[in-house]
Amino acid sequence: MAINKPYNNRAWLGVLPVLLIVAFSAVIPLMTVVNYSIQDILDFNSRFYVGLDWYRETLQDPRFIDAFGRQVLFSLSVLAIEIPLGILVARGLPKSGAWTSVLLILLAVPLLIPWNVVGTIWQIYARSDIGLLGVGLNELGLAFNYTSNPTHAWLTLIAMDVWHWTSLVALLSFAGLTSVPPAYYQAAELDGASKWQVFRYVEMPRLGGVLVIAVLLRLMDSFMIYTEPFVLTGGGPGNATTFLSQYLATMAVGQFDLGPAAAFSVIYFLFILLFCWIFYNSVMLDNTVGDNEARYHD
Amino acid sequence: MTSVSRWVLVFYCIYLLLPLYWLMTMALRTNSDITGKFEVIPSNPTLANFAEIFSNPVWYQAFGNSLSYVVLNTLISICVALPAAYVFSRYRFLGDRQLFFWLLTNRMAPPAVFLLPFFQLYSSIGLFDTPLAVALAHCLFTVPLSVWILEGFMSGVPSEVDEMAKIDGHSFPYFFFRIFIPINRGAIGVTLFFCFMFSWVELLLARTLTGSTTKPIVVVMTRTVSASGLDWGVLAAAGALTVVPGIIVVWFVRKHLVKGFALGRV
Repeated sequence: MAINKPYNNRAWLGVLPVLLIVAFSAVIPLMTVVNYSIQDILDFNSRFYVGLDWYRETLQDPRFIDAFGRQVLFSLSVLAIEIPLGILVARGLPKSGAWTSVLLILLAVPLLIPWNVVGTIWQIYARSDIGLLGVGLNELGLAFNYTSNPTHAWLTLIAMDVWHWTSLVALLSFAGLTSVPPAYYQAAELDGASKWQVFRYVEMPRLGGVLVIAVLLRLMDSFMIYTEPFVLTGGGPGNATTFLSQYLATMAVGQFDLGPAAAFSVIYFLFILLFCWIFYNSVMLDNTVGDNEARYHD
Repeated sequence: MTSVSRWVLVFYCIYLLLPLYWLMTMALRTNSDITGKFEVIPSNPTLANFAEIFSNPVWYQAFGNSLSYVVLNTLISICVALPAAYVFSRYRFLGDRQLFFWLLTNRMAPPAVFLLPFFQLYSSIGLFDTPLAVALAHCLFTVPLSVWILEGFMSGVPSEVDEMAKIDGHSFPYFFFRIFIPINRGAIGVTLFFCFMFSWVELLLARTLTGSTTKPIVVVMTRTVSASGLDWGVLAAAGALTVVPGIIVVWFVRKHLVKGFALGRV
């Protein structure tokens, strides 16, 4: 958000519909879950107040800590691949013409496939007996088997997530790049700017806003990933790919421990909130991108 | 840099296409054929999986059910997000940054436990098993997403555009609908696609808030599959077909996207 905007509280009228429609679905469920998290619920007629016991228990649960560690590693890995790759793909796309349409549609396809089908495709595709990827890797002499080897299971999951979600970064970045006025490129060419300088000082300032959205979306969604690993590896081999959501689901659905599961959810929610808040603030306080743009035009 | 990007694009497209090709071959083979042997090109291609889907009313009704709430959700999201994104991009006001961030926090609720209160909430107001219930519940993440994407693009439109319109004697509604929205049609197209996409593939809320009459396609997919002991072929065919409406959306959105902001034509 730009800094030199006029202050006007009538602007609240513009955000009021959004506030109402989101608050309707947001506030009551959140409060209900917080309410569950401080009770021991045997059934809906007998419940006892237990205070913060469930929170203490969750934070000391070694399986929670393990799943949390795996989750952080997974999210960082996919972000580190998907963000740069998405930007490169977006820059590689031609800006107009028939190929642009074809490629945009191709990029959109993985995003539109229901998540359980994404898991199913990769489950078969990576199988070492009947899948193209699995058989192909074994033909190359690699003893690839994602159902028994934890490292292979991890790599398959990351490969799947990259396949599934890099398009989101690429499409957002492409939309950002098309908003760079052609005159900027011409000016940069006249100034004899290198390709890297064009990227850094002409394209990056325009990409900044959409990239923040892309990083936050991928951070949140990868942190909550559930359906695809559930179908692909089922959390295995062993617990090697059991992430937070899957552990939570076994608690909430499998064992019906509503109280502990609710406390787990609240902690989970607060961690995602914390990560996003740190990222959001570090980006919003860092105004160097805007400065660079100004400097370039001087 | 540009040539690097081009090569990355080529390799990435191959990377994208291979699993999609595998999905198509699965859709054209019978279940025993898929699990029985490895073949790159199906030796006995069959349309039986597609025939199964087109002959069974459960499938195409589910398709219609999904479309009804997805379209409703997309319309609501864009309509409420446009004014909000505009004021976020143009003004500072009390609590603006906090509100902007709070909107996003609604995407962060891990669904497993939140589903129960959602069910209770929508049952108590009599919306359970209606397309409107799912559309409203999906607004929880599509509306904030729309505001974020639109704001990102609108902030890039210089405020001189607003001032010029005022100097030219245009009223605010004329400026907003006839000048500002057309400038941002690329952004609106992207937003539309992402709303459609996230609402279309969302499974857990849709499953919780629909009963027998409004069951969406993603739910039918999981159920039919578990009933017949995992029929890979039918699932692959259904998966291939679910992509079609989204592709139509991209097709209509693409020309607004590639035209960019076209500031010169204001």
